Amino acid sequence: MKVVVCVKQIPDPADPGALDPESKTLVRDAKLILDESDSYGVEMALQLVDAAGEGEVHLVSMAPNNETAGLRTALAMGAASATLISDEALKGSDALGTAKVLAAAIARQEPDLVLAATESSDGYTGTVPEQVAALMDLPSVTFAKSVAVDGGAAKVQRQTEAGYDEVECPLPALVSVTAGVVEPRYPSFKGIMAAKSKPVDELDLGGLGIDAGSVGWAGAGQEIVSIADAPAREAGEVIEDEGDAYERIVSFLDDLKVL
Amino acid sequence: MGLDKIWVFGEANGDAVASITLEMLAAARELADTVEVFMAGDGDDYAEELGEHGAETVYSTGDLDGGLQGVAVAAAVANAIEEGDVDAPDAFLLGTTQDGRDVAARLSVKLDTGVITNCVALEADGDELIGSEPVFGGVTDVRTKNTSGKPGIFLIRPKSFEAEGVGGAEADTEDLDVPDLGAVGAAKVTNSHVEESDGPKLDEAAIVVSGGRGLGEADAFSLVDELASTVGGAAGASRAIVDAGWVPYSMQVGQTGKVVKPTVYIAAGISGATQHLVGMKGSKNIIAINKDPEAPIFAVADLGIVGDVHKVMPALIEALKSR
Repeated sequence: MKVVVCVKQIPDPADPGALDPESKTLVRDAKLILDESDSYGVEMALQLVDAAGEGEVHLVSMAPNNETAGLRTALAMGAASATLISDEALKGSDALGTAKVLAAAIARQEPDLVLAATESSDGYTGTVPEQVAALMDLPSVTFAKSVAVDGGAAKVQRQTEAGYDEVECPLPALVSVTAGVVEPRYPSFKGIMAAKSKPVDELDLGGLGIDAGSVGWAGAGQEIVSIADAPAREAGEVIEDEGDAYERIVSFLDDLKVL
Repeated sequence: MGLDKIWVFGEANGDAVASITLEMLAAARELADTVEVFMAGDGDDYAEELGEHGAETVYSTGDLDGGLQGVAVAAAVANAIEEGDVDAPDAFLLGTTQDGRDVAARLSVKLDTGVITNCVALEADGDELIGSEPVFGGVTDVRTKNTSGKPGIFLIRPKSFEAEGVGGAEADTEDLDVPDLGAVGAAKVTNSHVEESDGPKLDEAAIVVSGGRGLGEADAFSLVDELASTVGGAAGASRAIVDAGWVPYSMQVGQTGKVVKPTVYIAAGISGATQHLVGMKGSKNIIAINKDPEAPIFAVADLGIVGDVHKVMPALIEALKSR
């Protein structure tokens, strides 16, 4: 079984960078890391291949400047190989433009199953996986909290507003997973060393056969009109509990007349 | 008024129209001359309520026989526009929900146009819409305009607008035919599970009590449940303890969970990660209990208690029960 996992390499959430008001893109100076949300997809893929007894996990990522630091983390977890798409013309790509690039790169792998996170930790549009599925004419199940493969079909527990649905979907298919679907492993020292020599196929738009006009700023079809500070919520009273802080909560609730 | 026509994606909870749908209808009424709803299922069941909230027509696909909404509804809408059965709207509004996101993403590929996501406000600029999205946990607002020359697709965060009936007549109903989907439509729901607890619903309760990692262990969540039931509120949770399996996802408050705006939000042992703040910052009053005085939750709290939840909560529950 061949599983392709979409991984995003993002700025460290502890140091997220800023939006440049001039270019209206995210300034990403620091090294990129593997989006934690994607570590769940990588782990799920490794476990599904293990359970199937055969196959491999391939990663697909789009990132500026041929960045591979985050990919190496996922390779160290156990993925076999990766495709990285990097191109100046991709700057400003919206979710659909990103999905077009990922879909073209994934299709070359002819996977049985495509996994992705439900949403990234930095952009959180939450639309890319389903757009990739649509572009590849694949069925899909989003918001998976549990995934198993049995008899050529994915069996998924899909989160809903009220609880969850059990969904069956024949392969090939795309499944987007939530955090908590599995506990991601930490890369071992051996894994980290092995990852250094695993193959990463680096492509640009020409290599994928994608017209630069359909992605990047040119293809986005939307314009950022303004970027401004949001009105801040003011902090209120903060007290240290000396054993009687509960009384202050009670009087606060009484003042609001909610009890 | 800016736009001629807006389509709102309709969702339902059983017999009732979902709040997010009514919220979007309230926004759409202010922006366009004509507001219509498109949805899966049988539109006749919801035509009265949708009409009361200003929808003139409800387009519905009928029963999907276990199929997921994303593929089917998007294909039906694209097909109807292509065949000339309907006039394309100037914009589509969908809720940031599981099915709303699926439909928006599938529709964006069908129409080859992008989605403007996570909107909390909308404004008309000529005959185009601008959506406002809070980023970096709400400290920055980004306003994005559709310039594709095609209908804009906007995903709207729940609780961004106030639902309000306007006494409209029952909406007309029209069929939205789902074309043959082939293998793309092969995912089928075989069983549904409801995990909601008793008492008021999380996103409707006047008081919400939420617990996080600071509770220390899963058993300590009983403090959150007990306080919630004592004040007649609903219990919620941070993503950290949902991921850890302490409580089901249906209780999650935050970016990836439910957005709540209760009169009072009590955060117990929650540090206030961006992911969580996005889902509760709109609460009218926020009380936070956390032992770390540096926790970000205190920056948004009206009343912050620096202390141990295992001491403050039992004392609070006892004081409230003895009244």
